[in-house]
Amino acid sequence: MKAPAFAYLRPVSIAEAVAALAEGAGGARILAGGQSLVPMLNLRVAFAETLVDIGAIADLRAVSDEGETVLIGAGVTHATLEDGASGDHWCGMLAFVARDIAYRAVRNRGTLGGSLCHADPAADWPVAMMALGATVQLAGPDGERALASEDFSVDVFTTALEEDEMLTGIRLPKLSPSARWSYRKMRKKAGAFGEAIAAVVHDPARGFTRVVAGSSAVGGPCRLEALEGAVASGSLAAEATIRAALAEREPDLDRYEMQIHATCLRRAMKEVSS
Amino acid sequence: MTTLSLTVNGEPVRAEIDPRLSLADFLRENLALKGTHLGCEHGACGACTVVVDDMPMRSCITLAASCEGVRVTTVEGFDDDPVVTRLRQAFRDEHALQCGYCTPGMLATARDIVLRHDRPDTEQIRAELAGCICRCTGYRGIVRAIARVIETKSQATAAKAGTT
Repeated sequence: MKAPAFAYLRPVSIAEAVAALAEGAGGARILAGGQSLVPMLNLRVAFAETLVDIGAIADLRAVSDEGETVLIGAGVTHATLEDGASGDHWCGMLAFVARDIAYRAVRNRGTLGGSLCHADPAADWPVAMMALGATVQLAGPDGERALASEDFSVDVFTTALEEDEMLTGIRLPKLSPSARWSYRKMRKKAGAFGEAIAAVVHDPARGFTRVVAGSSAVGGPCRLEALEGAVASGSLAAEATIRAALAEREPDLDRYEMQIHATCLRRAMKEVSS
Repeated sequence: MTTLSLTVNGEPVRAEIDPRLSLADFLRENLALKGTHLGCEHGACGACTVVVDDMPMRSCITLAASCEGVRVTTVEGFDDDPVVTRLRQAFRDEHALQCGYCTPGMLATARDIVLRHDRPDTEQIRAELAGCICRCTGYRGIVRAIARVIETKSQATAAKAGTT
């Protein structure tokens, strides 16, 4: 199946892209790597009157070291992060997460920003970015704004982006060298979306601890603050505590879903505490 | 319609295209390069994988319009590629194809595996190949062929290191 006809624009600057979105008045969509959007357009489960292809905007591929944080351009590909070509200030976590997203041919086109904006509930980056305490940088007709990843992620396939806004970059705090992290995913085969994801980051030097679960079953990234105290204090949370934290956020998990999410969380928390 | 100019198998190409045209359909229908095969058409099977700016990419879920200015190499353009030349011989020797439908995508992917890895074990080769589906040969021959080419590459690198 092929996509219905759409108009196509290929701006070379963020300002041009934002202007194109405004002109599209709700019918325009950003095309980043297209590794989800193009098949969804073809299957006619996503629609666009105009595609604004941001692949020619060099600024979106820039990575800037800001001292305590790094601003990663929204157009940086999974493969670039897998190869560590943009530098590693996260003790290998970004490369580890990137390496297990789909397949290399997809990672060569798919982008960090595209993944966050697409907001597939089973995607890796929304979970990993929330666990690292990322903020996202948005550009719109009225200028720029920044949002914490918890506020950016609204629901399944839904973000806080306005129709005339685009994601331009992801600001990530650097981890201290002594920080620990774990990223656990259960999936049916290499390259498939995770059925359950758990990401735990513990950076005592910065007083930063995050526990995040993700998957379609839990409706995308969800921070489990109730479990962060145990990680911060170096103790192991009881299985019942993990299940209770999950049930509180997502009461409708069936037994299998509860089992795989609780297992991912337990393993990730244990790995960080060990 | 939108104007596209790019390089395909070393030749400059200019065309007026419908923006919704995929790179795969552009190669097959506009340029008659039928060696690029379409399987699932949603990025899962890997048959349509071609090399874009030296990286394997899915041509079925890449818009042709997004390929402005890039260099595309399809299976028809690999004749002078030293890695693919060795892979072709290894695929023959190891019976790494039967019907051949997946082979263009397998070669584009295998080339990338050979170039990015020096000492992968079988598990790593299989993980890298997970995005390429073969429904008739089974994967053993394909994995052996790739491992063999990497082995000769490692030997060549070691020999070179030994002489300097």
